[in-house]
Amino acid sequence: MNIKFKQETFRDDFSFQNSPEAIRRFPFPFHEDKYMYSVNMEPHVPGSKGHAYETLIDVDEHYISEMADRAKVLKEDPLRCQALPHMMQAQWDTLELLMEQMAEGYPDLFTLTRQADQWHWINRPLNIDQKFTFGDVTTLPCEPMEYITRQSQGDFCIVDQRDNNLWMDAGIATTQADWSLDFDIGMNFMEWHGPVPLAHQMGVFERALKFLLNLQQGKPVRRLNWTMTINPRLDTSPENYHKWGSDRMTVTPENVGQKVHLRCELQSLWRLPRSNAILFVIRCYLLKMGELVEVPKWGRRFPRVLKSLPPELVDYKGLTRFRDMTVEWLSKYDDGKPTSPGIYPD
Amino acid sequence: MSINTDMAVRVTAITQVAESVKRFRFERLDGKPFPVFPGGAHVVVAWKDGGMIRRNPYSLMSAPGDTSAYEISVLRVEKSRGGSAFLHEKVKLGDTLSLSQPVDLFPIDQRGRKHIFMAGGIGITPFMAMMDQLSKLNQNFELHYAVRTRTHGAYWQELTERYGAHRVKIYCDAEKLFIPTEPLLGAQPLGTHLYVCGPGGMIDGVLGTARKLGWPEENLHSERFLAPPPGAPFTVKLTRSNKTVEVAEHQSILEAVEAAGVDAPFMCRGGACGQCETNVTACDGEILHHDHYLPQADKASGKKIMICVSRIKGKEITLDL
Ligand SMILES: Cc1cc2nc3c(=O)[nH]c(=O)nc-3n(C[C@H](O)[C@H](O)[C@H](O)COP(=O)(O)OP(=O)(O)OC[C@H]3O[C@@H](n4cnc5c(N)ncnc54)[C@H](O)[C@@H]3O)c2cc1C
Ligand code: FES
Repeated sequence: MNIKFKQETFRDDFSFQNSPEAIRRFPFPFHEDKYMYSVNMEPHVPGSKGHAYETLIDVDEHYISEMADRAKVLKEDPLRCQALPHMMQAQWDTLELLMEQMAEGYPDLFTLTRQADQWHWINRPLNIDQKFTFGDVTTLPCEPMEYITRQSQGDFCIVDQRDNNLWMDAGIATTQADWSLDFDIGMNFMEWHGPVPLAHQMGVFERALKFLLNLQQGKPVRRLNWTMTINPRLDTSPENYHKWGSDRMTVTPENVGQKVHLRCELQSLWRLPRSNAILFVIRCYLLKMGELVEVPKWGRRFPRVLKSLPPELVDYKGLTRFRDMTVEWLSKYDDGKPTSPGIYPD
Repeated sequence: MSINTDMAVRVTAITQVAESVKRFRFERLDGKPFPVFPGGAHVVVAWKDGGMIRRNPYSLMSAPGDTSAYEISVLRVEKSRGGSAFLHEKVKLGDTLSLSQPVDLFPIDQRGRKHIFMAGGIGITPFMAMMDQLSKLNQNFELHYAVRTRTHGAYWQELTERYGAHRVKIYCDAEKLFIPTEPLLGAQPLGTHLYVCGPGGMIDGVLGTARKLGWPEENLHSERFLAPPPGAPFTVKLTRSNKTVEVAEHQSILEAVEAAGVDAPFMCRGGACGQCETNVTACDGEILHHDHYLPQADKASGKKIMICVSRIKGKEITLDL
C-alpha cells in the first residue's frame, strides 16, 4: 500500500478533496435506491482491496491533515477528550487495539514491538518514536486514549458495560456529526440515543442494546451511518454550531458539486479484553457531490435515495435547506437506468 | 452472522488440585497467543465424545494477561453422565479440543473501591482470574471462600500464600466454620462491590442478606454454574429449518437442535447471556423456564424460551428457528 498523504484543510479555505482512488474507496452507505433507518450490523471483517474495508482500522490519504485538525480542535476545547477515572484499563485496551491494528494493516507506516510490558511504537507519517511501559501512564506524554487517538482517524467512544446497560464513560470527539461528548459523557445507551425520530417506535434501540451487550471479543461488527455536510468540515459539533450552522445558507445551484458533501460514518464496535468495555470507532468520510458523480452507479442512486427520504428524516439530518437543490443538481447524472445491488462501484 | 473464531487447542498439562478437581492447561495448535481476557470470563469447551459433540462452559482461572495458555479447573460432578466425567476420565495429555473466544458475564465493576468475593467450592474459579487482575492494578479486594473439607477445597493454600491471610479467609464446613455473611456485609465502606459464585442456595442466601442490609442492586454480582437439567423427553418442531427433533431426557433443546445439524446462537449455555433466546410459535404443554435471563413477564407470556437450559412438560413445542 502506497499512500500519498495530502496537506489540506477542513476549515477556513476548505482545501480538502479526494483523489480518484479515494473516491472509489469511499464507503457508500446505500445498497439500494432507497434508505430505511436500521441497525444493519455486519461482521467487521477485512473487505476487498482498494475499499475502506480493506483493513479494520483504515488509514487513508487524509491521515496527516485530519490529525492536524484534531490537534487544533483539542487546543481550542480540551473537553472534546474526556475519560472517567474507572476507564483507565479500557484506555489501555484501546491503545493496544489501535496500535496492533495499524501495525498489522500498514507495516510500512507503523511498527509495534513488545517485550513484556516494554513497548516501542513507531509512527512514520507523524514522525513519532515512543518507548513506554504498558500500564504505566507516567511513561506517556498524556493518557493512553488521548495518546493513540491523536494518531488515529475518527472519533472514539469507550462504553462501559454495567447493570445490563452501556455507559458512555470515555471518548474523544473532534469530527462528530452534531453530537456532543461533553453532553453525553456518563449517559447510558438509551439516554444518548434520545433524539432520533421513528427509530424508537420501531424498537430499534432495544434490539441494538441487546445485541451489543452480547458483542463478543474477536468478533467486531460494523455499520454505516450517514448525513450531509456543507463544506468539508470535520468538526460539526453542537459546541461550534455558530461556526457551521450558517454554511447551509451558502448553497446555490452553481456550487452544489463543490460545497455539498455526503458524510459517511463507518462505525465499528469492538469488545475490549481487560475491561470488558466496548470501543466504538466512528470514522468519518467526506465525498463532494462533484466527486460522487464520478461513480455512475452512485450518481444514479443518490438522487433517488434523497428524493425518497421521509420528511422527518430530512429534518432530523438537517438537509431541509439544500435537499431539493441537491436532487436537482444530481438529476443530470441519473439517466433512469437500473442500478446494481450493493454499495460497490460497478 | 457466523464467523468462526473458535481456537483449536492441545492439552499440555493435567493436574489434580483437590479431591474431584482437575486443572487443564490448553495451548493453541496454531501457536498464536491467546487473547487477553477479563477476569470473570468463561470459554465454551467443545470436544467429540463418541458420535456427539459436547460443549460445556468453564471459567478461565489462569492469569488474564498470560497469553501463552488458558487454564480451567473442573469439578467431577457426582452424577455426571456428561462432560465433567469425560474430562476427568478420558482426556489425556496431547488431546485436542476447541475453545470459544472468552465471554465475560461476570465482570468486575471498575468503579468499585473495594471488591468482596464470596466463593463456594468450585465457584472459586472466576475469582482466581479476577484477583490476579486486581492485584496487578493494586486494587482492594477480599476473598471469603467456603469449602467442604480441606482436601475438597482447591487452591485455598496457594491463594492464602499469594495474597495473605488478611485478604483470603477460608471457611471449612467440616470444621463448622461458615462465612459470617451478615456481619461481613454489614460493615463495608461505601462503593464496595460484592461478587458471589457457588451453589445456587449459597448465591440466593448471600444476595438475600445483602438486599436485606440495603445494598444497592448495582453493587451485587453473581454467577451460577447452571447446567441443563434433565427431564421427560419431548418433540421440537423448527419452523425455519423445517425439521422435527426429539429432545432426550439428558439433552437440552440446544443440544438436540445442534445434533440435528441446525446452527443456533449461544454464548454461555447456562441460561445467563440471552443469546439463545428463541420465539415460541406453539406449545402444547408448559414451558419450564430454568434460565435467569428472561424477565418474568416474558416467561409468563409463553412466547419466549432460552433453549440452552429450559425445556417443556408436554409433548411438543414449535420454535421459530
Ligand atoms: C458460566 C459458567 C461457568 C462455569 N465454570 C465452571 C468451572 O470453572 N468449573 C466447573 O467445574 N464447572 C463450571 N461450570 C459448570 C460446567 O459447565 C458443567 O455444567 C459442569 O462441569 C457439569 O457438567 P457435566 O457434563 O459433568 O454434567 P451434566 O450436568 O451431567 O451434563 C452437562 C452437559 O452434558 C449434557 N448431558 C449429560 N448427559 C447427557 C446424555 N446422556 N446425552 C446428551 N447430553 C448429555 C447435559 O445436558 C449438559 O449439557 C460453569 C458453568 C457456567 C454456566
Ligand atoms: S446460551 Fe446464554 S442464555 Fe442460553
